[in-house]
Amino acid sequence: MIDREQVRKVAHLARLELTDEEETQFSGQLNSILDYFEQLSELDTNNVEPTARAIDVVNMTRVDAQESYEARDRILEGAPDRDDDFFRVPQILNEG
Amino acid sequence: MTTAAPTKTQYEAVIGLETHCQLSTETKIFSNSSTQFGADPNCNIDPVCMGLPGTLPVLNEKVLEYAVKAGLALNCTIAPYSKFDRKQYFYPDLPKNYQISQYDLPIAEHGWLEIELEDDAGNPLRKRIGITRLHMEEDAGKLVHGGSDRLSGSTFSLVDYNRAGIPLIEIVSEPDLRSGVEAAEYARELRRIVRYLGVSDGNMQEGSLRCDVNISIRPVGTDTFGTKVEIKNMNSFNAIERAINYEIERQIKALEDNERIVQETRLWEEGSQRTISMRTKEGSSDYRYFPEPDLGPIQVSEAQREDWRSQLPELPAQRRQRYETEFGLSSYDARVLTDDRAIAEYFDATAAAGASAKPAANWIMGDISGYLNTEKLSISTIPLKPAELAELVGLIDDNTISNKIAKDILPDLLAKGGSPKALVESKGLVQVSDPKAIEEVIDQVLADHPDELEKYRGGKTKLLGFFVGQVMKRTSGRADPKLTNQLLNKKLNS
Repeated sequence: MIDREQVRKVAHLARLELTDEEETQFSGQLNSILDYFEQLSELDTNNVEPTARAIDVVNMTRVDAQESYEARDRILEGAPDRDDDFFRVPQILNEG
Repeated sequence: MTTAAPTKTQYEAVIGLETHCQLSTETKIFSNSSTQFGADPNCNIDPVCMGLPGTLPVLNEKVLEYAVKAGLALNCTIAPYSKFDRKQYFYPDLPKNYQISQYDLPIAEHGWLEIELEDDAGNPLRKRIGITRLHMEEDAGKLVHGGSDRLSGSTFSLVDYNRAGIPLIEIVSEPDLRSGVEAAEYARELRRIVRYLGVSDGNMQEGSLRCDVNISIRPVGTDTFGTKVEIKNMNSFNAIERAINYEIERQIKALEDNERIVQETRLWEEGSQRTISMRTKEGSSDYRYFPEPDLGPIQVSEAQREDWRSQLPELPAQRRQRYETEFGLSSYDARVLTDDRAIAEYFDATAAAGASAKPAANWIMGDISGYLNTEKLSISTIPLKPAELAELVGLIDDNTISNKIAKDILPDLLAKGGSPKALVESKGLVQVSDPKAIEEVIDQVLADHPDELEKYRGGKTKLLGFFVGQVMKRTSGRADPKLTNQLLNKKLNS
């Protein structure tokens, strides 16, 4: 079970401000999601190697050759706020 | 600096370093954008490093090669199987809200490097410092705080993501260091190694080499650890040493005043020469690492690993040792010559061309280094080639010219290169080593200075220098100084 305290912690880590109602709402929703995933525990995985990905490929690498991305301005345009060549973000309240 | 009054408890510092080192690749770790330093803001960005939807990162093969080579040079075990993980935190320097790093399966572990310091008598003190791990990761972007230089006074921030996705290796040391001097030397040796390997320029001013320090103190003789403090923001080796010395004193004072040492991150302030608390909110660093699903794992085969190992150059510590055993140089000379790989290679080439080691070392460490520093030149680009320096050293060795003449013609050789022998001959600077020719000059000098001669014979033997000077003057400095001394002595005392 995920309680309100954990919801607050996760929200803080993601720098989200939640209202009381949202905390209640998300506690419920997160619990249903976790319950849903809990169904996986029915399977016996004792003899299965942990896996991080479904496709079995290793050493996918690329050559170190430079190629500038032409539409760089569109990336800047896509941001909520820009200031000339910079992305502009709101005041940062605490480090880390 | 760490000594307390004799009756008080003696403390020792326990120090470990975390070093971030930028790899010298053309492109970013997972995308094709340039890594060039000093480009206009947000010039080197692309959908991959910005984490736009639908993009997939692909590892730069050079990053893997450089990381493995650095791991091998640090005597690490290279992981046969390694992977990337997401380190998650929400801060505007990260475009994706996570940093691709390596968590539980780093590319290299369990290594060491050797630092060399000097005791009060000038003898070398060598110490092995453990390397816990080395892993690959991407750098974050750079924040410029609007309306103020300081974060606290700003109302908004501007972000430049050119640095986001720049390839780094993070090297974590064991807590084997005990003083600011040792820590600074460890960082210097690390920089020497990555520069020798050619995997990083190690430039601290441009942020290619950044060191964070973990430090605690404990009474000498105990083996538990005190509360650990992290120090950041040192941008020179000297600053690392000074920040640690300051922090050791601060922590000792806190303990003696019965204050609690808080586990925290502190910033080194260069202006006031002290560390200040960064006051991070507790519990805000919970990175919730998980395996990066966009990147496949890495397997380094034994064949690949050994191929990269065979490409490693001779490393600084090996070279220092060789200079002592092969050339009989002092540990000090060996350290100075090997500090820079290009200088060491120049010395090796000079010695290989037949020059005696010690005079060659003296020329390189003295006049030539002085010239390079003043002119801001690199030894690999100056016209004077190692074989020509060897020839110059040979001319002194076989008494063709004196050391003084060699110093006189050096500026010409440094600027234009060419054969010192040819230069000496064309300028008529060949040393006069014929006793008869020197005797003739001596006779003239003595004949022209009867007063001085009388005083000398009357006991004022200090005048020998005067006579030597006169002979040198009349031969434009070409008379063999040793022979001149001998002959003068004979004449004066006959």
